[in-house]
Amino acid sequence: MNVVAPFEGIGASVRRKEDLRFLSGRGQYTDDINRPGQTHAFILRSPHAHAEIRSIDVTAAKAMPGVLAVFTGADMAGIGGLPCGWQIHNKDGSPMAEPKHPVLAEGKVRHVGDPVAVVVAETKAQARDAGEAIVVDYNPLPAAATMDQALKAGAPQVHEGAPGNLCYDWHIGDKAALDAAFAKAHKVVSFETTNNRLVPNAMEPRAAIGEFDPQSGDYTLYTTSQNPHVIRLLMGAFVLNIPEAKLRVVAPDVGGGFGSKIYHYAEEAIVTWASARVKRPIKWTAERTESFMSDAHGRDHVSRAELALDADGKILGLKVHTLANMGAYLSTFAPCVPTYLYATLLAGVYTTPVIYAEVKAVFTNTVPVDAYRGAGRPEATYLLERLMDVAAAEIGMDRVEFRRKNFIPVDAFPYQTPVALQYDSGNYFATLDAALQAADWKGFEARRAAAKAKGKLRGIGISTYLEACGIAPSAVVGSLGARAGLYEVGTIRVHPTGSVTVLTGTHSHGQGHETTLAQLVADRLGVPLANIDIVHGDTAKVPFGMGTYGSRSLAVGGSAMFKAMDKIIAKGKRIAAHLMEASVEDVEFDRGTFRVAGTDKTKSLTDISLAAYVPHNYPIEEIEPGLEETAFYDPKNFTYPGGCHIAEVEIDPDTGKVSMVNFTAVDDVGRVINPMIVEGQVQGGVAQGIGQALLESAIYDAQGQLISGSMMDYTMPRADDLAPVSVATHTTLCTHNPLGVKGCGEVGAIGSPPAVINAVVDALKDYGVRHIEMPATPAKIWNIVNGGRKMAAE
Amino acid sequence: MYDFAYHKPSSVADAVKLLAADPDARAISGGMTLLPALKLRLNKPTAVVDLSGIAELRGVKREGGTIVVGALTKHYEVATSAEIKAAIPALAWMASTIGDTQVRNRGTMGGSVANNDPSADYPAALLALGATIQTDKRKIGADDFFQGMFATALDTGEIVTAIHIPVPEKAGYAKMKNPASRYSMAGVFVARGPAGVRVGVNGAGANGAFRATAMEAALAANWSPDAVASIKMDPAMMNGDIHGSAEYRAHLVTVMAKRAVANAG
Ligand SMILES: Cc1cc2nc3c(=O)[nH]c(=O)nc-3n(C[C@H](O)[C@H](O)[C@H](O)COP(=O)(O)OP(=O)(O)OC[C@H]3O[C@@H](n4cnc5c(N)ncnc54)[C@H](O)[C@@H]3O)c2cc1C
Repeated sequence: MNVVAPFEGIGASVRRKEDLRFLSGRGQYTDDINRPGQTHAFILRSPHAHAEIRSIDVTAAKAMPGVLAVFTGADMAGIGGLPCGWQIHNKDGSPMAEPKHPVLAEGKVRHVGDPVAVVVAETKAQARDAGEAIVVDYNPLPAAATMDQALKAGAPQVHEGAPGNLCYDWHIGDKAALDAAFAKAHKVVSFETTNNRLVPNAMEPRAAIGEFDPQSGDYTLYTTSQNPHVIRLLMGAFVLNIPEAKLRVVAPDVGGGFGSKIYHYAEEAIVTWASARVKRPIKWTAERTESFMSDAHGRDHVSRAELALDADGKILGLKVHTLANMGAYLSTFAPCVPTYLYATLLAGVYTTPVIYAEVKAVFTNTVPVDAYRGAGRPEATYLLERLMDVAAAEIGMDRVEFRRKNFIPVDAFPYQTPVALQYDSGNYFATLDAALQAADWKGFEARRAAAKAKGKLRGIGISTYLEACGIAPSAVVGSLGARAGLYEVGTIRVHPTGSVTVLTGTHSHGQGHETTLAQLVADRLGVPLANIDIVHGDTAKVPFGMGTYGSRSLAVGGSAMFKAMDKIIAKGKRIAAHLMEASVEDVEFDRGTFRVAGTDKTKSLTDISLAAYVPHNYPIEEIEPGLEETAFYDPKNFTYPGGCHIAEVEIDPDTGKVSMVNFTAVDDVGRVINPMIVEGQVQGGVAQGIGQALLESAIYDAQGQLISGSMMDYTMPRADDLAPVSVATHTTLCTHNPLGVKGCGEVGAIGSPPAVINAVVDALKDYGVRHIEMPATPAKIWNIVNGGRKMAAE
Repeated sequence: MYDFAYHKPSSVADAVKLLAADPDARAISGGMTLLPALKLRLNKPTAVVDLSGIAELRGVKREGGTIVVGALTKHYEVATSAEIKAAIPALAWMASTIGDTQVRNRGTMGGSVANNDPSADYPAALLALGATIQTDKRKIGADDFFQGMFATALDTGEIVTAIHIPVPEKAGYAKMKNPASRYSMAGVFVARGPAGVRVGVNGAGANGAFRATAMEAALAANWSPDAVASIKMDPAMMNGDIHGSAEYRAHLVTVMAKRAVANAG
């Protein structure tokens, strides 16, 4: 009988396998794990942005009930600092300033939240009580709380080894060619903007459990990480000097990361190191207040851009100067965000022939800043897509026509930009047209008029963007300063009866990999989804991996799995050839069936796996038993998703409140494996983009206190802040990976902020507004509408 | 949270006794304000006296021209009470806009009134409606009860037992929420009734909830949104922060006053 199974392969909107676990409260997050004999850590943090530590007295704390140990920077003095994974070089070729990032403060604190001491106690409350009994004698110093403050002559120095608080002064592009292009320009449009600082706020706060086994000398770290192997490498090799074979890192279910859980954090090293001192497992879980002051923040750029145009509105050149805030220390990947993930994207979807960008990275007495959903690409996209609108207005050209005029033509791929990247594929006209259609761009003026009749200001905004995902190849990123490779690892283990376990070096923290990656196997090997298990997040199970960020899991991790499946199929063909007494060249494979070409002789994958594990009738002289293959895949290039986002807003002029009325996204994410998951990823990204554009802002006062340090003052997007987000895809395939996929994790957060601000500025066009900084809060907008006041347009 | 003793009395008399015996003890009703403060270790009471077991503090009833709301009445109960919806729909609607579902199902009118958070909703309504706050030992008019940010006429250990609200002819409320906390950033409650025409303002004032007397006079002369449209608040009396300047809040009070009158009909 022929059973027609529901199609579960590539292109099917299969429901997420992991959701039953998550939605019924049965996920296993780090804080859900309790180890026998577990103790609890409290981390005492600096209340000052900048201070000298004169002394720390822990005597009273050590005598408190339940306390096992108290450690300070002095106790950890022999330990390495938290390493930085990317080295940028200055314009003159010298390396960036890379001051030590101590695990626990050594003599000085450099931001509010900087860890100063750790208490280990039987209970969390006891640890916290004892933490309050630690007496730290601080000598508060003036702080460099903002980049402005940090760059002033005579500014407080965050680090001795970084004069002028400069981490690096980097550039890219051909300055002479740019000057020549500007000399020919018919018009130069300049624009300045700030990319607001964001607090990631994953739903699950960070947590870590360190466990040392005195018998074996083995360490285990359970941690909320997006990349457990990277943590094993960084912490083992650079901080604690523990060989890989003695250190297991487990990143179980993780409740969102958005980049903030890529980095190696002090708390991971503290609990691992201290567990060997107290010979008991130690758990630490952040409170939300701690997350605000210890999770790496995102964005925080101040930029100036100049666009040279000819008389027809063709772009001749782009010049950009950017200041990027690094915070008090270099977080793991911080230096690459405002350089190779940012300035290389400044061509966007346009044929700009010359680009020159300078970036200065600045130390300040604030929480370290690193990659946050999109990382560098949202900053580039925002700058460019706002600039496109400003320029179109200044030369009196329609903003859509201006973009179309400068688009990279469909037949120009592969397209080499002036800032290093080579785009493999794309069709920006197609995504633009589809989005204009879906958003009813043509009908907008009628909607504006209808809103006006109700006393509301309606605006529409567009962004045509591009991003780069799956950062690679390893050799290239190495030459640009990366201290790691950026390949991925996949193991396909076909069991005797044909079910499959996949080991992947990527990590799922909400993205749905357990479903999407399984669909790849279902599609290719013809195994039912229910019989495929995806294993990730444990260095003891998965051979190796670089983790999940930069929308790389499918493009890089999925491709590694594809290569491993190639090997499974090749071996399977040899076994099948033996069993069917045919030559290997004559055996074909399609979705689970091996067939002797042109005959009805077939063997199923299960026949082959059984033969491989029970090798009674088996070519044992030529082929090893078993059916398990591993592949390491190093991509040839980035992938380049792109598309068009259109936002429609309505402003209440009496209060300044912006309401999102509609949002349309048409994205080219390459081949779509699971359309429902893609839609969810885009919607989530757009929610974060709307958050950045209208709501979120991490604000420090002049003393370096984080004023928006809790949800009472930091505006996270809520459902009613958002619009219905309509998501469509238009595919051009990636030409260099075997799946043709590009990535969809970040597009929403990259394309949307400029679309929203462009819509807000459009709504306010009668008020002579050229620009409004993010977040466009009601108070800011009211200042503009209220007119006359000097805060207008800030 | 620091350690504290926990008591759950079943009468007002017992609760008062417990609170009188220990000046560092604190009453708790819904806990929606006190519990977060305890968790953040901002408060260190020696004992917590849980009022939730006191039956006499519960219930909403109409007594002639007055609605009597027991101190333990939850925001959800105010929002859905048939008596309140019939007599003062603006108050029921106000309650439905407080916090979120969880907060509305725990937070109480007594707790909110006793706390007098400058951004809380109820104080503006009770000022405008000319309510009387009943405690275990006396009755205090709203004008005397609310004394600025987090300050009330309550003595240490004194418990709010009920709120008496004269039924108005008309009442309306409008507010602009703080984008982050969603507490009121500027809320205006207008009422016309036995206590006259009164306007209560929350969220915006530099010193907590207050009455906007110029608006009251204007509305007494002409009950219409236009009557308040040109009345400007003095920014010097307003609160400014990262979410909006004092000027912005002053402006919002006027906008919300217009809307409140329109909502009152
Ligand atoms: C997320 C969130 C959002 C919120 N949003 C809003 C909002 O939009 N608008 C708004 O108005 N409020 C808001 N609140 C506050 C909420 O309404 C609280 O419930 C209310 O302020 C206090 O009521 P409670 O019963 O929870 O008091 P509790 O927290 O139990 O007590 C508060 C204080 O009052 C004292 N107290 C309690 N009961 C009495 C009594 N009967 N007599 C004397 N003293 C007493 C306590 O000792 C304590 O000092 C919000 C709270 C949260 C957590």
